[in-house]
Amino acid sequence: MTSVDRPVMQKKDYKTDQDVRWCPGCGDYSILNAVQNAFAKMGKQLHETVIISGIGCSSRFPYYMETFGFHTIHGRAPAIATGVKISNPALDVWVVTGDGDAMSIGGNHFIHAMRRNIGLKILLFNNRIYGLTKGQFSPTSEQGKVTKSSPLGSVDYPFSPIALTLGAGGTFVARGVDVFGAHLEEIVIKANAHSGTAVVEIYQNCNIFNDGAFKGFSEKEVRDARILYLEHQKPLLWGPNKDQGIAFDAQFRPYIVTGADLGKAYVWDETAETPAPAMALATMSETEFPVPVGVFRRREKPTFEAGVQAQVTAAKSKKKESLRDLLYAGEIWDVK
Amino acid sequence: MHTSNTSTTGHEKGLQDLDQVVIRFAGDSGDGMQLTGDQFTRTTALMGNDIATFPDFPAEIRAPAGTLPGVSAFQLRFSSFDIHTPGDAPDVLVAMNPAALKVHLKELKKDGILLLNTASFSALDLKKAKYDKDPRTDGTLLGYRLIEVDLEARTQEALVNSALDNRDRERCKNMYALGILYWMFHREMAPTEKSIAQKFGKKPDLVDANLTAMKAGYAYAETVEIFQTAYRVLPAPMKPGTYRNIMGNQSLCLGLVAAAQKSGLQLFLGSYPITPASDILHQLSTYKHLGVITFQAEDEIAAVAAAIGASYSGCLGLTSTSGPGICLKSEAIGLAVMAELPLIVLNVQRAGPSTGMPTKTQQADLLQVMYGRNGESPVCVISASTPADAFEVGYEAVRIATKYMVPVVVLSDGFIANGSEPWLLPDPETLPPITVSFAPAGKPGEKFMPYARNPETLARPWARPGTKGLVHRIGGLEKQDVTGNICYDADNHQHMIETRAKKVANIANDLPPTATIGDRTGDLLVLGWGSPRGAITAATQRLTQQGHKVSCAFLRHLNPLPNDLLALMRGFKKVVLPELNSGQLAMMLRAKYLIDVQSFSQVNGQPFKTDDIEAFLKTVLAGMKKEVRQ
Ligand SMILES: Cc1ncc(C[n+]2csc(CCOP(=O)(O)OP(=O)(O)O)c2C)c(N)n1
Ligand code: SF4
Ligand SMILES: [Mg+2]
Repeated sequence: MTSVDRPVMQKKDYKTDQDVRWCPGCGDYSILNAVQNAFAKMGKQLHETVIISGIGCSSRFPYYMETFGFHTIHGRAPAIATGVKISNPALDVWVVTGDGDAMSIGGNHFIHAMRRNIGLKILLFNNRIYGLTKGQFSPTSEQGKVTKSSPLGSVDYPFSPIALTLGAGGTFVARGVDVFGAHLEEIVIKANAHSGTAVVEIYQNCNIFNDGAFKGFSEKEVRDARILYLEHQKPLLWGPNKDQGIAFDAQFRPYIVTGADLGKAYVWDETAETPAPAMALATMSETEFPVPVGVFRRREKPTFEAGVQAQVTAAKSKKKESLRDLLYAGEIWDVK
Repeated sequence: MHTSNTSTTGHEKGLQDLDQVVIRFAGDSGDGMQLTGDQFTRTTALMGNDIATFPDFPAEIRAPAGTLPGVSAFQLRFSSFDIHTPGDAPDVLVAMNPAALKVHLKELKKDGILLLNTASFSALDLKKAKYDKDPRTDGTLLGYRLIEVDLEARTQEALVNSALDNRDRERCKNMYALGILYWMFHREMAPTEKSIAQKFGKKPDLVDANLTAMKAGYAYAETVEIFQTAYRVLPAPMKPGTYRNIMGNQSLCLGLVAAAQKSGLQLFLGSYPITPASDILHQLSTYKHLGVITFQAEDEIAAVAAAIGASYSGCLGLTSTSGPGICLKSEAIGLAVMAELPLIVLNVQRAGPSTGMPTKTQQADLLQVMYGRNGESPVCVISASTPADAFEVGYEAVRIATKYMVPVVVLSDGFIANGSEPWLLPDPETLPPITVSFAPAGKPGEKFMPYARNPETLARPWARPGTKGLVHRIGGLEKQDVTGNICYDADNHQHMIETRAKKVANIANDLPPTATIGDRTGDLLVLGWGSPRGAITAATQRLTQQGHKVSCAFLRHLNPLPNDLLALMRGFKKVVLPELNSGQLAMMLRAKYLIDVQSFSQVNGQPFKTDDIEAFLKTVLAGMKKEVRQ
């Protein structure tokens, strides 16, 4: 990577001349930091990278990255990015979106990106609130959330973005947390290595409208007791002394094992064919169980853009047709 | 049908020369009327007549058989002279069942030929067609030249040796009818033999049965006494060249592909199926060998969004839809306005509002594409006026979108999309060049300015991601001119709104003079846009022949309007504008030019009839005379 064409990159190379406009203390800053670190580690070249976002606080992200950037319209970033990726599969295309942007107004495009397995890397900043519009509940807000638009508490049940992504056929599904910088960097690098659609849900604190949404498991003091780090081919263990584990019953219901039963802890396989264990982890109660972070699923499968380009290439080699032949086709006749 | 002479040469029965004929095939949607009409059209085009067609089918794929909503029709007009429309009232009606008779008889000319299939006239059939009595016996059919044939029985007889089962044999009855008409109108059967063999090539029994039925129909007409004369329509004098019969959706696709090839751009279509635009998606998806990428999106928003993404990355982004889809695309089109990217939006209009009448035609989306977005959001709007014209319009859309870096909306409609006419094929070599240049790689240390403008066109550079030194950010937020940075400054916003407007307005400096049919001054100017062109032309020609000082002109460019339009309108005492909406362009012209443009509106889902336009223009002319006398 140290040729003239691919110079070594440093974090500062990705900074733009624009002032970052997030509220001081917003979790978006840590995410920007982690992404810039990860990009530098991967040696991403500025001109090969495109970052496409929708609308929301999170979607301001492209302005702060010295790459190609397109800040589009609410919810549509995956669709626009799909057009970019199909047109030029060589580009490295990232999508930055929020929980409202991706799960609410853009839900349709989001699930169809999974269905197609198009090579987009989607960073979903989940602050469980509509930040930019000043604090209404979002499709990931917990039920009963009191906000300006739900003074008596929201009636809606929330989505689990991970479960939704798994259900839609996502081939790379992971979760990180804004304040777990090094872990997030690692996940971004893993997402990058995946050829198809990669979704990284990032728990992000909105200190203005939903402060502390994740502190019950993300703060330093409780982290070890509350976070379950998913590690490929290692048992699902957590706790300061790794003395608690998750096992599954025959119906893939999770239960906690300790002591002599610790050996029953499920050995995590992020490449498993069945999405059942990942789904179980994605939907288990946040209060009764630890909060899993890391890679839920990673399975390679041919990408959409490769399939589309392959059809074009094959058709081109099979049939040559000049413009004249194209126009002068079918039943034609001459008038003298 | 105007008879010009009678001769009996070469034919055992009489042979009469006509200068034009209008035939309407009408039957159940399962009766194959579209295919029958299409075959007659191909043959007739190959025989050198001028021809215009109008398929009119129900939205339901298979409404209950024998009912009124299930009736599907195909009208065609062919002639030995230059024609502009598929004709108003048919000279010949082929009615395959009582329902078809019920729906279409009222339009058949008095003394017109009615070829009636008598196979299904049971009490139940009549009831389904809402006939209280049998129309054959209650005088309903008096005044027409009735030819009754039991097409089902005759077809079954003809196909006794066919390998097909009864049901499939019966389905060949449309070909039997076609055979009869081929004899009546002195058509050759060879083109259909070839085309059916191609169409059903993999099923020889089917080819055989269809062709046997057609030939039997031909022989039947030749032999039985009810057919006294055959008619002949000599070829029309046409400009020398090579022709192909073409439908509007087809030629629009070809125009876009031709422009893509000429400009060296890769065409990317993002689309979501919708009548009557789906055929564009179907056709372009067969052009992969020409490098065309088609993407069937999850909805119309994704379709236009992907097209914008494609344009952003240096392809020619295109999206095709009809009115309801335009509603969904509006926000994204606004993004393309703001991002100043080339984008082509095809709107094959249909009758609205809401789902409306999907298979019927209308031109009522003009104001929607002009003004139906938030903020000041100008786009270029152009329109196709005939099936063949759509080729040039597709080509023009690409020229403008890439030269000015603007979204271009192309308006077509169901009548153009599915209608057909002979198309004088252009020489690909002489198509005007379209030069596209992408921003070159930037020099180290130099900052790329995404909104630095071409001083003449005001277009910003087209910077492909992947190009070194061009990294930049764009988006829907207002931006500073030149740098493209987000900017909320009041003066800058005013300037940017004016600049985006001016960029579109500038296109007017780049348009040919508006052509007229007739003098450039006179009593009455009939303006038109889109599919009413044919009916307006025909009506104007009739009035000119009657000695009136009437001219007509057609607007391909609706935004911006041509620079010479005002002077042209001022050269006439009155301006009339027939359109298939409630007067939308008329309103635009009145607002912009303060000229008393008189609207002639029709919103019944059908194309204009020449007679109706002529009658309206006559009342206007009569009114003008009165005004003068007063
Ligand atoms: C079509 C449209 N509808 C509504 C809005 C207003 N809006 C902007 S951002 C947003 C919600 C953003 O929430 P989220 O995606 O969670 O992003 P966050 O600000 O929390 O990062 C809404 C409703 C808009 N910009 N466009
Ligand atoms: S409102 Fe919340 S999410 Fe938005 S910038 Fe401020 S802290 Fe961050
Ligand atoms: Mg949010």
